[in-house]
Amino acid sequence: MNTQAGQATRPVNSAGVVKNTGATGYDVYRVREDFPILAELSHGKPLIYLDNAATSQKPRQVLEAMDHAYRHAYANVHRGVHDLSERATRAYEDARSRVQRFIGANDAREIVFVRGTTEAINLVAATYGRANIREGDEILITEMEHHSNIVPWQLLREQTGAKLKVAPINDAGELLMEEFEKLLSERTRIVALVHVSNALGTINPVRRMIELAHDAGAKVLIDGAQAVPHMRVDVQDLGCDFYAFSSHKLYGPSGVGVLYGRYDLLDAMPPYQGGGEMIRRVTFERSDFAKPPTRFEAGTPNIVAPVGLAAAIDYVENLGLENIAAHEDDLLRYATDIAADTEGMRLIGTAAQKASILSFELKGVHPHDIGTIVDHEGVALRAGHHCAMPVMDHFRVPATTRASFGLYNTREEVDALFASLAKVREVLG
Amino acid sequence: MADLRELYQEVIAEHNKNPRNFRWMQDANRMAVGVNPLCGDKLTVYMKVDGNDTVTDVSFEGSGCAISVSSASIMTQMLKGKKIDEAEQLFKGFHEAVTKEDQQPDLEALGKIAVLAGVKAYPSRVKCATLSWHTMHAALEGEEWVSTE
Repeated sequence: MNTQAGQATRPVNSAGVVKNTGATGYDVYRVREDFPILAELSHGKPLIYLDNAATSQKPRQVLEAMDHAYRHAYANVHRGVHDLSERATRAYEDARSRVQRFIGANDAREIVFVRGTTEAINLVAATYGRANIREGDEILITEMEHHSNIVPWQLLREQTGAKLKVAPINDAGELLMEEFEKLLSERTRIVALVHVSNALGTINPVRRMIELAHDAGAKVLIDGAQAVPHMRVDVQDLGCDFYAFSSHKLYGPSGVGVLYGRYDLLDAMPPYQGGGEMIRRVTFERSDFAKPPTRFEAGTPNIVAPVGLAAAIDYVENLGLENIAAHEDDLLRYATDIAADTEGMRLIGTAAQKASILSFELKGVHPHDIGTIVDHEGVALRAGHHCAMPVMDHFRVPATTRASFGLYNTREEVDALFASLAKVREVLG
Repeated sequence: MADLRELYQEVIAEHNKNPRNFRWMQDANRMAVGVNPLCGDKLTVYMKVDGNDTVTDVSFEGSGCAISVSSASIMTQMLKGKKIDEAEQLFKGFHEAVTKEDQQPDLEALGKIAVLAGVKAYPSRVKCATLSWHTMHAALEGEEWVSTE
């Protein structure tokens, strides 16, 4: 690999004027210059990164913020009496406040740093769940959940004797609201819902679903891993009890994520892991636990990643989440139109409300062959079950191919995707 | 795309389109199901082995990518009429050819399956190429279920 391709993708018309792809004046070619990796070549071709639902690339603002933290403000947090530790602690806690403002939480103490969405959900299942769920109680999820919002509840079911109920979807990949409503009962204790489906792109009407769940007396956790990079999320406006997301899909570093929890709920929850940091006082007879969020952050945390996450939040807010959403919607519409004219292509997930995920099947070609062949054209996309096997079962496919668009993708890259799919036909005859 | 053609040779595309011995075998006396949980691929291998330890018939069913289907198809062609230990020897030879870093495969010894030796350059696809072979091996060992994980 060497570097040169990223800038070459800026299309210029015959008059030498740069084309604008979006309706908003959002300059995607300017934005691309912030992402050094987009200048990489892959198999000798310009990298076309369309695997953003798996993880997103990082702008130099994030890389620089983390580099700066390591060079100038790195020590262990919350314990040192020295200057460096105070700088590191300040940066870490400033990041917490940045997240709080970003998702509209009432209080920075409602922001728990975890490893990612998966850990956030496991934390709630293992603490709130084990303290509050009894035999015969019900946990309600949906058919379109990622495995990370299924398996922790199955584990909780095994431990408590609770029941796991699943709200079904239709063949467009939309939740059947009337079925969801029917499955809510006075036995429902927890409703765990995906905000945006990673396998289908469906945007769920979570605000309404939270209302219904609350009317039934249940607490609600939202898996926001795919939502936060695409839209403005305000946890108080949504009214959810817990909200989980990862930094790495939001153009921040991997290794850190966020559990938002309403403070009164967090405060009543037992610890998740035991260790340093999360205690107030330890003797061999007993330990007193710290208040949230510290109670849930045992051990030395990922000290620098939250700083990168805060920089990523600054980055997307400077661009404007509404502008990002409009740009990505444009790419999705553009790609969906081309898909409709592509012979043998069937979209998996055609919800009316959809984020920038194009999951599809190409008749007679296995997704893994598509993945390998388009990779040789420089196109990175995902082939597999997307950790959502029940969704694959619903559509009776073993796997799908998924292109997922991020804030730096262009219409030209969508064209390149479809050109590379034509190559697949060529190779496999 | 010369290097990609080393993986997707025409013979592979052809076996993918028209897999040989792609059928259920009612009177099989060896059978195993192989799954690759990573991609959801699932193949069933059926064999008939006679009293002299000779594979008199072999077939497969299931769904998979071009690499796994063509590998299974070619495997069934290769194994018919072979002794059990010859079949195991072919499995061992192919497995080593696509997994051993420091070793040039003996293409001649591999026989027909040599067309898939190029998969070695694609670590994420090696399991596709070996799925049917692992399944065949499991069937001979008397196991009914094998996973590549």
